[in-house]
Amino acid sequence: MPLNMIVCCKQVLDPEAPPASFKIDPAANKVIPPPGVPPVVSPFDEQAVEAALRLKDQQGGKITVLSMGNNLLRDVVKKPLSMGADELILLEDPAFEGGDSWSIANALAAAIKKIGEFDLIFCGRQAADWDAGQVGSGIAEILGIPSVTVAKKVEVADGKAKVERVISDGYQVIETTLPAMITVSNELGEARYATLKGIMAAAKKQPTVWKPADIGLDASQIGEAGRRAKLLKLFQPVKEGKCEIIEADTPAEAAAKLATRLREAKVI
Amino acid sequence: MAENKGIMVYGELVEGKLTSITTELLGCGRRLADELKEELMCILVGDSLGDAPNKAVAYGADKVYTAEDALLKDYQTDSYVAVMEKAAKDLAPRIILFGQTSTGRDLAPRLAFRLGVPVSMDCLELSIDPATKFLQQTRPVFGGNARATFTSEVFPQMATVRQKAMSPLAPDESRKGEITPIKVELDPAKIRTKVLETVKEEVVGVKLEDAQAIVTGGRGIGGPEGFKQLEELAKILKGAVGASRPPCDNKWVPDSMQIGLTGKIVTPELYIAVGLSGASQHLAGCSGAKNIIAINKDPEANIYKEARFGVVGDWKQILPAFTEKVKELLAG
Repeated sequence: MPLNMIVCCKQVLDPEAPPASFKIDPAANKVIPPPGVPPVVSPFDEQAVEAALRLKDQQGGKITVLSMGNNLLRDVVKKPLSMGADELILLEDPAFEGGDSWSIANALAAAIKKIGEFDLIFCGRQAADWDAGQVGSGIAEILGIPSVTVAKKVEVADGKAKVERVISDGYQVIETTLPAMITVSNELGEARYATLKGIMAAAKKQPTVWKPADIGLDASQIGEAGRRAKLLKLFQPVKEGKCEIIEADTPAEAAAKLATRLREAKVI
Repeated sequence: MAENKGIMVYGELVEGKLTSITTELLGCGRRLADELKEELMCILVGDSLGDAPNKAVAYGADKVYTAEDALLKDYQTDSYVAVMEKAAKDLAPRIILFGQTSTGRDLAPRLAFRLGVPVSMDCLELSIDPATKFLQQTRPVFGGNARATFTSEVFPQMATVRQKAMSPLAPDESRKGEITPIKVELDPAKIRTKVLETVKEEVVGVKLEDAQAIVTGGRGIGGPEGFKQLEELAKILKGAVGASRPPCDNKWVPDSMQIGLTGKIVTPELYIAVGLSGASQHLAGCSGAKNIIAINKDPEANIYKEARFGVVGDWKQILPAFTEKVKELLAG
């Protein structure tokens, strides 16, 4: 049974950028993008694309990717197309910026309503910037559909999805009616690389761009204006303490010295 | 309209007992309740709660509400959100706290959207603004590179709390509290999911969350074989072996060994990080360790900013000698 799938993908600052390059502007409560480090698709969202692609491989169907923000880099947001997704819709406008889980889910749900029919919505379990882990569940609640979170495997048969859901020390197999929203975790396995064929096909595709009015929302319901959580402060905790590096002429000697030092310090 | 008052803690049970995070939430809830001069409630949802309600009182709750029903045997989003939605509306707490657990991560956001309020996930600190009485919620963001403090001005104020971030009270069996059953009226037709199977991974030896010594391997271990050396060291230290995300993603070790922002949170006395760079997402899982020891080829590796002691070099040349010496010192 071919499946109609929607995947929400967020453009974020690269979470693999070295921690030393991470800087905040305290006056603006914003992160200063590290120079020379391009943004990426949030990694769990890439895995959400992978989950959809595996189902498309098995059963056929269509994958529509939805991204939201402002000044979205086409190179970045087109990556899911290069991986094999079919269509890209962008919610692109300054009014979409600065949202919290509430206003983000609100806008994405409105866009999905406009897209119309679907069997499955996939989201990453949490975005690599704010790490909130709520938007998927929020979209499901607004649309009135069931949600299953932290999936490591998704199969569809007989109009139901069977999901392996990660729990501490194991997993559960959850069956859900469709349509449903599923969030995906890294235990699903590595997302596939873009193929040359995929990149060339993606280059030819133009994303559809929607503004707030196109999805029936005004500026007060989205982005920063639509927030329900108030951000008071963004800061980096001060790191105290210094590492004592144990040195010696050979690695084996340094190792023994380390053990002795730990004994001395009553650590072992 | 009833004013929102009191702190509500969503409690969880495992094998009939309150989980550690539940006792920690009660400890935190007690502090907040005392500050606000309001009551601490605990809500327990399941199919057979046993003695847990009494224990919740011993750990600080003034009132315990129990929702017991066969339909609530397994956590499922639709049923548990429905029960909590009704409880939130009927009992009108000012604040609702959950653990950042498998259940909390699923229940809290869906419930928040059901109630039309925001929720802060994985909080490390909670405090009351004395002027407004609103809850201030501090949580890690940007993979643990930063912290953010949020508040909201609608009720209930919701937060999930990281495991081991708060302290439980010493249980006092003489504490008095009220235990009240809640009527559960669920329509099975409205529960759109079914739990077909639960598969628990076998834990051999000490559980990571309980271990006082942990030896963790990162990408630098290079493959599954290297982890055997870490196991040897962990055994001598009577501890457990963990991993950062790359070894798990590469299938060198099971996913359940993952320590980090989306993995296990550990707070051992001793944490030995081998071949591990110390990415913020990993540190989020182990920064509560009392003593972090780092062994890495790269002197610039981020782990050295968190470690108390370290050696720079190839772990394959360092670990065997280290393990030998530790064995010797512990035997003597």
